[in-house]
Amino acid sequence: MSGTGIGARVLRKEDFRFITGKGQFTDDVNRYGQAHAVFLRSPHAHAEILGIKLDAARAMPGVIDIFTGDDLAADKIGGLICGWMIHSKDGTPMKAGAHPALAQGKVRYVGDHVAVIIAETQAQARDAMERIVVDYKVLKPGVSMADAVKSGAPVLHEVAPDNTVYNWALGDEAATQAAFAKAAHVTKLDLVNNRLVPNPMEPRAAVGDWDSGQDAFTLYTTSQNPHVARLVLSAFIGIAPEHKLRVIAPDVGGGFGSKIFIYAEETVCVWAAKKIGRPVKWVADRTEAFLSDAHGRDHVTHAEMALDASGKILGLRVKTQANLGAYLSTFSSSVPTYLYAPLLSGQYDIPAIYVEVDGLYTNTAPVDAYRGAGRPEATFVIERMVEVAAREVKQDPAEFRRRNFVRQFPHQTPVIMCYDAGDYDAALTKALEMSDYKNIGARKAESAKKGLLRGIGFSAYIEACGIAPSAAVGSLGAGVGLWESAEVRVNPVGTVEILTGSHSHGQGHETTFAQLVSERLGISIDNVSIVHGDTDKVQMGMGTYGSRSGAVGMSAISKALDKIEAKAKKVAGFVLEASPDDIEFKDGKFSVRGTDKEIDFASVALQAYIAHKFNGQELEPGLKESAFWDPTNFTFPAGVHICELEIDPATGVTRIDRWTAVDDFGNVINPMIVEGQVHGGIAQGVGQALLEGAVYDSSGQLVTASYMDYSMPRAGDLPSYDVGMTQTACPSNPLGIKGCGEAGAIAAPPAVMNAITDAIGHEGIAMPATPLALWRAIQKTAPRAAAE
Amino acid sequence: MASVTLNVNGKSVTRGVDARTLLVEFLREHMRLTGTHVGCDTTQCGCCTVHVNGEAMKSCTLLAVAVDGATITTIEGLAKGQDLHPMQAAFREHHGLQCGFCTPGMIMSAVDMVRRKGTDLDDKTIREELEGNICRCTGYHNIVKAIHYGAEAMGKTGTAAE
Repeated sequence: MSGTGIGARVLRKEDFRFITGKGQFTDDVNRYGQAHAVFLRSPHAHAEILGIKLDAARAMPGVIDIFTGDDLAADKIGGLICGWMIHSKDGTPMKAGAHPALAQGKVRYVGDHVAVIIAETQAQARDAMERIVVDYKVLKPGVSMADAVKSGAPVLHEVAPDNTVYNWALGDEAATQAAFAKAAHVTKLDLVNNRLVPNPMEPRAAVGDWDSGQDAFTLYTTSQNPHVARLVLSAFIGIAPEHKLRVIAPDVGGGFGSKIFIYAEETVCVWAAKKIGRPVKWVADRTEAFLSDAHGRDHVTHAEMALDASGKILGLRVKTQANLGAYLSTFSSSVPTYLYAPLLSGQYDIPAIYVEVDGLYTNTAPVDAYRGAGRPEATFVIERMVEVAAREVKQDPAEFRRRNFVRQFPHQTPVIMCYDAGDYDAALTKALEMSDYKNIGARKAESAKKGLLRGIGFSAYIEACGIAPSAAVGSLGAGVGLWESAEVRVNPVGTVEILTGSHSHGQGHETTFAQLVSERLGISIDNVSIVHGDTDKVQMGMGTYGSRSGAVGMSAISKALDKIEAKAKKVAGFVLEASPDDIEFKDGKFSVRGTDKEIDFASVALQAYIAHKFNGQELEPGLKESAFWDPTNFTFPAGVHICELEIDPATGVTRIDRWTAVDDFGNVINPMIVEGQVHGGIAQGVGQALLEGAVYDSSGQLVTASYMDYSMPRAGDLPSYDVGMTQTACPSNPLGIKGCGEAGAIAAPPAVMNAITDAIGHEGIAMPATPLALWRAIQKTAPRAAAE
Repeated sequence: MASVTLNVNGKSVTRGVDARTLLVEFLREHMRLTGTHVGCDTTQCGCCTVHVNGEAMKSCTLLAVAVDGATITTIEGLAKGQDLHPMQAAFREHHGLQCGFCTPGMIMSAVDMVRRKGTDLDDKTIREELEGNICRCTGYHNIVKAIHYGAEAMGKTGTAAE
């Protein structure tokens, strides 16, 4: 290994440009002659548009043009799509209402897109926007899920008269009923998974450009998956055929899922560039981000768990209402179904599970994948349930979990997933040691002396990552395959360019992907560059989400490197006058087995291109290979997080005292980067548990639409994290990688809530457990600690 | 239109701008110094932090005309050529950034923090002082670490007094 290979704590190659202010984010892109777009958004949650008066706005200084939904329709620009078909349990397809990029006749949430104003400057566009007069007939909104399913509720989409997108189910209902019939104890719990706003620090942005000479478009956009954006914009929305549409996602300032989706704004910007014959730029302000980025979570769940007399779990029954918002966003339908229910078995051997999910329309922003996407919701259900069940049957929560762990692999759960490898005991044991669990009693007593309530909470999470085998997801309704592509270009001087369909927006691919190449080819990472995020450079790809870039993206690179090695051996064979079968490749050198004849990698690259030692009939010149990797299974990262906290009962303020994380991500490429991913995920999970929550009032106004109203975790809200690892290699990909991007966000919320409910002595607290909510909860019931 | 003269990263510039131009717009759009970012436009997230006459300020809610005549340092003006400022180096060394969007503001705030609070910063102080800078990627763990060591390095190299 060259010191920069797999497992090395290599500093990031991408950092220099970010710490010197030389990153290139979409808002940093400026095209010659560009105009600026702003979007007029609906101030109402639900209204008919009776008319739009544009004359006064058109007369404002600097205005170039103004477009509405009618203009898009006239150009036959299609609506936004949802790419995952879900069928209800009665077999009927989901009820997807039309989702025009600019409203046609009706608006369905505050922030819905009514018109686009394009002017010389953003300020002029905003001024003009104030002069547009829209005649709305305001309709009664269905803001909460409870409102939306009431009889006589206002109907959002005619195709779904009861505001229900689907009534979906998974599992064996009869077997689950039988399990409950023989239960010695049943634990029941009502749970709310609070609605979140993803809030990457870079707001969404788009620059659309049109080349009149070529009749070709370029779209710069804040995307996690530029090729998927191109596919949708081309094949479904109808902007231009794919070969006439280039999508570039340059540096992207965080995504967390919210930049997977194809939104109205980039669609309109790229289309409008041709309409006005100039580049069109749009940059969201933060309130627009709150209003119109797809939100996350928002489940209401009732769960029941059947136990035998010894505390063994016999069955699990879950009924969930999932808020999908006013329209179906790109992957929204899959999140509360196939990304949720198949994870409800957790780390446990549960013989019978039955899950029902109702996906509902409400007059709120669309809801789609947010870091973890379905898996945090599932983990919250199962980990709150096992904690409460352990309490009810008076067993130690750690030992209760251990008693129920899956121990043999592969393990087929009753809800689709087949866990391929893991060692849940090992992670729990290590986490208990690291957190000094055995002395928790003494620490609780110390806190009590100070008048504080100390609690400890566990979360033994599992997730399904590395999404996903294309045929498998296809059979579940996905409209795309979820493989990844890679191309390895070796230059004549031996430097290497990797073209990948994965997209880095904070994950450090420019470093970790280069480490794989360094390991395999024996060259320094300084001689490797990673090219991503441009559909004109990388032929095709599926992008980055679902912790898939290591397990799927790097596996594609690995497969392409296999081909490079095979070809290079043939070249080396000609140069060294030996059979390729006798060529060994090690530490960057090709040698003839049993001799001292050798040639280094860079020289083989040069020989491949000058092609003097072989003729074109024997071997093609050049050294460039590509591969597509389609996973054989999901991957199953798992681990144990333990949260220990203190609550001041006088104020309800929570302070997290220590956080222990033990994760099994399989093989690790760069521990520094993996730990960073864990830290960030935990912070988002703690944010969900203690601080964050999107709040709509009864009229459908988003009350939390700025950082003054929506509580983002600050440095002072969070602890330092004690992060450890266990490792079982993943057998389902060549690198043994499971994925680490979402673990923290999945594990953290139940760990916090289990600790809080341990501290206050009852389950009557929902996320976010703000000081006010906690203070009220503490007043309701005398805490166990005080009563004892 | 209003005429605004600023000294930005050691160079004097005068521009005629719309009177409502914000300092961040002056820097990003008129000077093409795009390292200063806009994350929220309500003085909350700190992505737009620059130094105005040596003090950290949020340029997204400051009119350019209001700081006419001021000396501004942006993230682009912190390194001396290829020699990184110790705080920049510390963010890299301790993996204090992921997507890199909040990073310029974080670094500018951190340098200001050291000038105000000294080079020996404990975690509690750093976390409190970061109240005005939001990061969504790192969970702050490594940012706190980077600032701790960056402050120490500023002390050793004499940059804290600059």
